[in-house]
Amino acid sequence: MTLRVMEKGDLASFVERLIASEPGAVGPVRKDGKHVFARLASVEDLDLAYTTTLLPPKKYLFPPQETLLRFRLGAPPVVEPVLEAPPLVVIGVHPCDLRGIWATDRAFGDDHVDTNYRARREAITLIGADCLPDEHCFCTSVGSHLPEPASFDLFVTDIGDAVTVEIGSERGRALLERYARSREATAADLAGLQKRRHAKEAAVKARLNVDVQMLPLLLESVSTSPLWEQLGAKCLSCGNCNLVCPTCYCFDVGDLMQLNLEEGERIRRWDGCTLVDFATVAGGHNFRREAKSRVRHRYYRKFQYLMTRYGRSFCTGCGRCSRSCLAHINPPETINALLAEAEREEA
Amino acid sequence: MSTPLTRQIESLYLGRPATVTAVRTLTDKEKLFDVELADGPLGHEPGQFVEVSVFGYGEAPISVASSPTAPGGFQLCVRNVGRVTGALHRLEPGAMIAIRGPFGRGFPVDRMRNRDILFVAGGLGLAPLRSLIGYVMDRRSEFGHVTILVGARTPGELLFNDEYAGWARSPDTEVHVTVDRAAEGWTGHVGVITTLFPRIQVDPKTTTAVIVGPPVMYRFALAETFAKGVPEDQVYVSLERRMKCGVGKCGHCQINGIYVCQKGPVFAYAEIAGLEEAL
Repeated sequence: MTLRVMEKGDLASFVERLIASEPGAVGPVRKDGKHVFARLASVEDLDLAYTTTLLPPKKYLFPPQETLLRFRLGAPPVVEPVLEAPPLVVIGVHPCDLRGIWATDRAFGDDHVDTNYRARREAITLIGADCLPDEHCFCTSVGSHLPEPASFDLFVTDIGDAVTVEIGSERGRALLERYARSREATAADLAGLQKRRHAKEAAVKARLNVDVQMLPLLLESVSTSPLWEQLGAKCLSCGNCNLVCPTCYCFDVGDLMQLNLEEGERIRRWDGCTLVDFATVAGGHNFRREAKSRVRHRYYRKFQYLMTRYGRSFCTGCGRCSRSCLAHINPPETINALLAEAEREEA
Repeated sequence: MSTPLTRQIESLYLGRPATVTAVRTLTDKEKLFDVELADGPLGHEPGQFVEVSVFGYGEAPISVASSPTAPGGFQLCVRNVGRVTGALHRLEPGAMIAIRGPFGRGFPVDRMRNRDILFVAGGLGLAPLRSLIGYVMDRRSEFGHVTILVGARTPGELLFNDEYAGWARSPDTEVHVTVDRAAEGWTGHVGVITTLFPRIQVDPKTTTAVIVGPPVMYRFALAETFAKGVPEDQVYVSLERRMKCGVGKCGHCQINGIYVCQKGPVFAYAEIAGLEEAL
């Protein structure tokens, strides 16, 4: 790991120069008492002392609505593929959201590479930032509380008087050299970084009472648990959890015509497996008709199906679904209840 | 927007340009489309599906209804049930569409060679099965005894009924047809498809069963097939899901941990027997 240190004033200058010189810079910005990732007009817009954003930065890699093709009807129709990849520096991405990007990188990069995701991904520079948790965060339980070395271009941690900057890529190194004043880290800086990380770990309150790597196995034994009935009875099938999740990547595809009825676009839109009609086929048969099977499906995707396929939990512990669920369904309570049930049955 | 349907930019979602060369009305709800790709053969296996684009309406997953051994292009049997399929039904010969695929895993013809084959087709299930029936008919000497069971709700809903006599004329091949409800002029068998099972002989040691039909049919047809002694790993089904992308991304076709568009749509029953969401 290459570690540099910046004075706080120099960090502000660095961000100011990024905003002025790079084609686009976004970061956490205050909005109605919460935070959202949004365009930065100046360094004053950036608020790095945030806990979470309403939506994860996934929206820059996989937008809520995205054009895949543009076409003009006729004989023959004229069709043009669309790959939009605006260069963007995303500042202030927390480790859990870096883990979310790790997950969507796997999902979209697997087998058939998703050309639209890849184009956006390659145009994005990630400057991570460390954080302190709120009562919903459970990153330590899924191993997403520390920034993975390959998951960012730069990663900033506040160590009191100064910030440490980890360099994760050549792109990150170049940005730092071009726009920032920094110095080598001393033993005291390293100690400050460790202290800050320990403080963060200690501050995480919500947790899964199980080694996350055991969850695919645990879920194997609880697919008929009465808990799914209870959650299904509470779940409003509103799709909020899908909407805010950094690793939900399901989508719908359809055509949108312009008013001239000659030109149109093929678009994809975020979809959600907890929405009623997600698994309905053309004849009307719904393969997950009941809310309990949809809630369960979502949990199994995060902690078993995708986890088994890619090796790590697809839940990042960010707590967004816990915060946004109108029925107060949340992963720590759900997993811990399933665990308790499995333990009771074993005893 | 320069030349038609170009591939200047690599895109996972850009189809191959294709022309509808013929349209035949099969029933009140289904039409058969002959399709030719501008840039060569489809190169499919029996049982695979394609994503069909009608620009302005969208894209829909449709199983290929013709055998790769058939000359020329390929055929799609489409039921008019939605936006894209409705638009397809309004197309006339010469219309330009786009095709992505073929996708998924088809029927394992190599595992079926030299075996007896029992086909069970309910309703629109005959469309994907016809790609395999055509393959077997074209290479008749490579397979053992063939039994084809076809069922539909009414005589008017029977698909490809002009082809049954031709299949039955193939050596060592029998075809049994039934309808749930008779209509005027119908002299054939009446009853759900499982009522055909007492009429057929099945050697469980040499038979592979291939069953495709609506969700409600599987439970009963599978039970009859197992009652004949055919083992679970010699029974194949093809599952319908709403594949939006065909490439394992969009999530719509997922059954438990399995993407139907990648591991299916054809499955050995043994592969999905434990999956609650499969049937």
